[in-house]
Amino acid sequence: MKRAPTHSYPGINLGERHASAHKASEVVTFGFWVFLMSDLVYFGLMFATYITMIDAQAGGPGPHELFDLKSIFAQTLILLTSSLTVGLAMLALKYNLPRARIVLWFGVTLALGVSFLVLEMRDFLAMAEKGGIPQRSGFLSAYYGLVPLHGLHVAAGCLWLIVLGVQLRVMGMTDLVISRVMRLALFWHFLDLIWIGIITIVYFGGLTYG
Amino acid sequence: MTSTVSSFFGRLNWDALPITGLIRDPNANEIVANVAAGIVIVGVVAVVGLLTVFRLWGPLWRDWLTSADHKKIGIMYVVFAIVMLARGVLEGVVMRAQQAAGPGDGFLEAEHFAELFSTHGTIMIFFVAVPFVFGIANFVVPLMIGARDVAFPVMNQISLGLTVSAGMMLMVSLVVGEFSTGGWTAYPPYTGAAFNPGVGPDYWIWAIVVSGIGTTLTGINFAVTIYKLRAPGMGFMRMPMYCWTIICSSILIIFAMPPLGVAALLLAADRYLDFHFFTNDLGGNMMNYANLFWLFGHPEVYLLVLPAYGIYSEVFATFSAKRLYGYNSLVIATMSIAIMSFTVWLHHFFTMGQSALINAVFGIATMLIAIPTGVKVYDWMATLWRGRIRFSVPMLYGLSFLMLFVIGGLSGVILANPTVDYQVHNTLFLVAHFHNVLLPGVLFGLLAAYNYWFPKAFGFRLNEFWGRVTVALWTFGFMLTFLPLYFVGLMGMPRRSFSWEDPSFHPYMIVAVIGAMVILAALLSVLVQLWVSIRDRNKTRVPVGDPWDGRTLEWSIPSPPPPYNFAIIPQVTDRDDFAATKERRMAYPTPDAYEDIEMPRNTGIGFILCVLSGIWMFALVWWIWWLAALMTVLIILAIIVWSFDTSTEFIIPAEDVRKEHEAWLALAHSAAAVDRDLEEAPENRGLARPDLEVAT
Amino acid sequence: MDKRTEMHRRERRRYVIGYGGSLLLTLAVFAIAYHFGIETTGVYLTIGLLGLAQLIVQLVYFLHIDRRRSSREDLDLILFSTLVLLIIILGTVWILGNLAIRMHGM
Repeated sequence: MKRAPTHSYPGINLGERHASAHKASEVVTFGFWVFLMSDLVYFGLMFATYITMIDAQAGGPGPHELFDLKSIFAQTLILLTSSLTVGLAMLALKYNLPRARIVLWFGVTLALGVSFLVLEMRDFLAMAEKGGIPQRSGFLSAYYGLVPLHGLHVAAGCLWLIVLGVQLRVMGMTDLVISRVMRLALFWHFLDLIWIGIITIVYFGGLTYG
Repeated sequence: MTSTVSSFFGRLNWDALPITGLIRDPNANEIVANVAAGIVIVGVVAVVGLLTVFRLWGPLWRDWLTSADHKKIGIMYVVFAIVMLARGVLEGVVMRAQQAAGPGDGFLEAEHFAELFSTHGTIMIFFVAVPFVFGIANFVVPLMIGARDVAFPVMNQISLGLTVSAGMMLMVSLVVGEFSTGGWTAYPPYTGAAFNPGVGPDYWIWAIVVSGIGTTLTGINFAVTIYKLRAPGMGFMRMPMYCWTIICSSILIIFAMPPLGVAALLLAADRYLDFHFFTNDLGGNMMNYANLFWLFGHPEVYLLVLPAYGIYSEVFATFSAKRLYGYNSLVIATMSIAIMSFTVWLHHFFTMGQSALINAVFGIATMLIAIPTGVKVYDWMATLWRGRIRFSVPMLYGLSFLMLFVIGGLSGVILANPTVDYQVHNTLFLVAHFHNVLLPGVLFGLLAAYNYWFPKAFGFRLNEFWGRVTVALWTFGFMLTFLPLYFVGLMGMPRRSFSWEDPSFHPYMIVAVIGAMVILAALLSVLVQLWVSIRDRNKTRVPVGDPWDGRTLEWSIPSPPPPYNFAIIPQVTDRDDFAATKERRMAYPTPDAYEDIEMPRNTGIGFILCVLSGIWMFALVWWIWWLAALMTVLIILAIIVWSFDTSTEFIIPAEDVRKEHEAWLALAHSAAAVDRDLEEAPENRGLARPDLEVAT
Repeated sequence: MDKRTEMHRRERRRYVIGYGGSLLLTLAVFAIAYHFGIETTGVYLTIGLLGLAQLIVQLVYFLHIDRRRSSREDLDLILFSTLVLLIIILGTVWILGNLAIRMHGM
């Protein structure tokens, strides 16, 4: 701990150029990481609840009637790509690339986030048309307790992205804002990890065992 | 017109006020309800009146409500916890009186009795134990690890705000509408919309969710604080035992509060949106609620009791004038308890119907936890062994704890056997068991901490005579109230029953209500002690800061500590660093140089979120949708606006620090050191004369 | 300046590798699902393992978690969280599964 740490928390580190910010953001990033672990337990329990309720379809529509794998595939690709672009946005900030580049990657990430949400909403509406509403069965309650929870996180991430965009403009590229962007990137990667769990357990698991 | 009004006020109307019930049908039950509501209203009016008369609104706002100082936040937590403790104890007394009034129905209605045990449990766990534990931790931990504040001072303030606003919901429920009748665990389907369409369970849900968020943030804060902010040289194995217990407790919070949040929010989804997580119909599974709730509930027990273990560890070492015996084994025991507490939750529902194998596995896991706990008890006794024991108030609490807690722990081992549990499940035996663990374990520990660290916080000692009276009243009050419940429990008296018929229960109920009166006297005695101590404060001041010949860093600074705690961040070279420094005759060093100190600036965000979240909860409980939506937007906006504020810190110039510190050092060098025999005498100004012989 | 450009290139490459790896694994998962159908436990196990692989790829390449000393704390945190998650998820499934079997006699 006494050596000047070059890498002291998950995700991209600010590194030597931002020495003061590096020190300050070490503590807050570690705290954020701990928060994500706590959040992970929320998701973990929703996964567990979903697993125990796969059979609780109560005569209502099940995974085979409701899940649209094409749309899931598209959402997966979109979210994965946004995980890359949020990283590139952060690198652009870290290495002081031209403003246009920063704006570009921020914009692309936001667009991808929003289109993910639009596709997800479309899925929910299509499911509702087939009678797949949360009020129908325990299985659907568990589905709607978990997948929209992830969607809500993505929406919060989008709002955060917008606020940070404004802060970059108003407050400039201060160490504080850069450290916040890094935490947003962590959050975004975390959501992608959860999404892998969702496609594996909710969608494929549902289709296999539902 | 009516529909406009109802969409404006949701389901809120005049029937929600208890006075309406009293006018319609005056009886004992309504009178008790109205007296309770009256106490809340009179209390609020009295506080507002006193603040106005003494012109204290300004200081209250500037020095307390907007402060991000961990010491003040800690004190506010404790004040809040004691106010809620008063209500919890009163409810306990009313419940004991109701059962003592039998055989038969007593003077309360069943619904009202159910409300009482629901609020009593909810309050005692979430709004007494948790804020008290973390109030003490807030005050003590940064001082113990040589830090100037917690890792996230503003988040700390927000945690307090959320805890208080959630606690206020329980107070509001006394006046407007009614609280849940579903017990502190709020098991569906009873608390579901089908059986319980009223506002009660909703008050419970939102109070739990919001205070849970506050507590989670606190847990993150303290884990990071202890992990990252220790003074240079303080490796993990040089950390005071109390900090070990707080970091374990924080880890428990981080991983165990989410299950509670999930359970409460899914119940809310069932109630508000007609989901089917826990309903009887359409595939709902209420057994998952019990599972989720106790995934939280069992670690919760340990996150409350571990800090108390930490407090006792400090108290036993200090008042035996010895190093804590078996530090390493205590660390390992604490960590084992923390991890094992995640593996035993099923013992809360042995009787739900799962196979004998599962019950056996969890029963054995439960019994195994007794091992590290036993290690601790032996370590504490070994610490006392041949120590130079002073029977000060915290030590008396500790001794009372050692004897009573072992009984509670052993009754827990008995309950860990599923076959036994089948016999006594949901009887008063269980009630006796967990009160036996929580009172001597948690509450006595917190009261010991209150007596132990009070002089650090306020600069004067608490009155020892009244302190001893309080210990005696709590101890005997506890024994009279709860030990009889073991027996009636074994005789088969179910818990939570507002009426009973078997006359053989009667003597026990009478003893228990007498005990409840003694506990009430103990509560009053706490207040008397405080009042007497404030009155006599000029005779008990300890400005030098070390009244008990303390061993850890918090005693090496002035009492009360300056806002920045340490003029110079100490370099730690030993476990019990301050004791070691004193042994080497190197305490109170004059620093070579001072530097500017950066401290968090005051902010109103915690208070704002407290108010907004309070209104948000109220709106949700009463289905006032527009208000709930408005508050959601305002809460998000408040956080965003606050995030634009960059001037979050201010500088205390080195020169000011130097002046203050040198004045204190001069005091420390000129004050007369006192022996341990004079600990309670007015001569004790907070400078300890080290013992001639160093006990090891 | 060169050092910074070099570091930038390295960090960017790391992201791109992570993206490429995740993309391949995603495509593999959906290809298997499309080709073999999602019915048997064998297929599901394969999909599950590929999902696990993708988790690890993203942890390493996006979140920069590895076994270097400096990120050991975070690795410990993740491992501990995983332990707790396993306890509560497997425990929940075990208990509720058992209760379901005993009630419905499946």
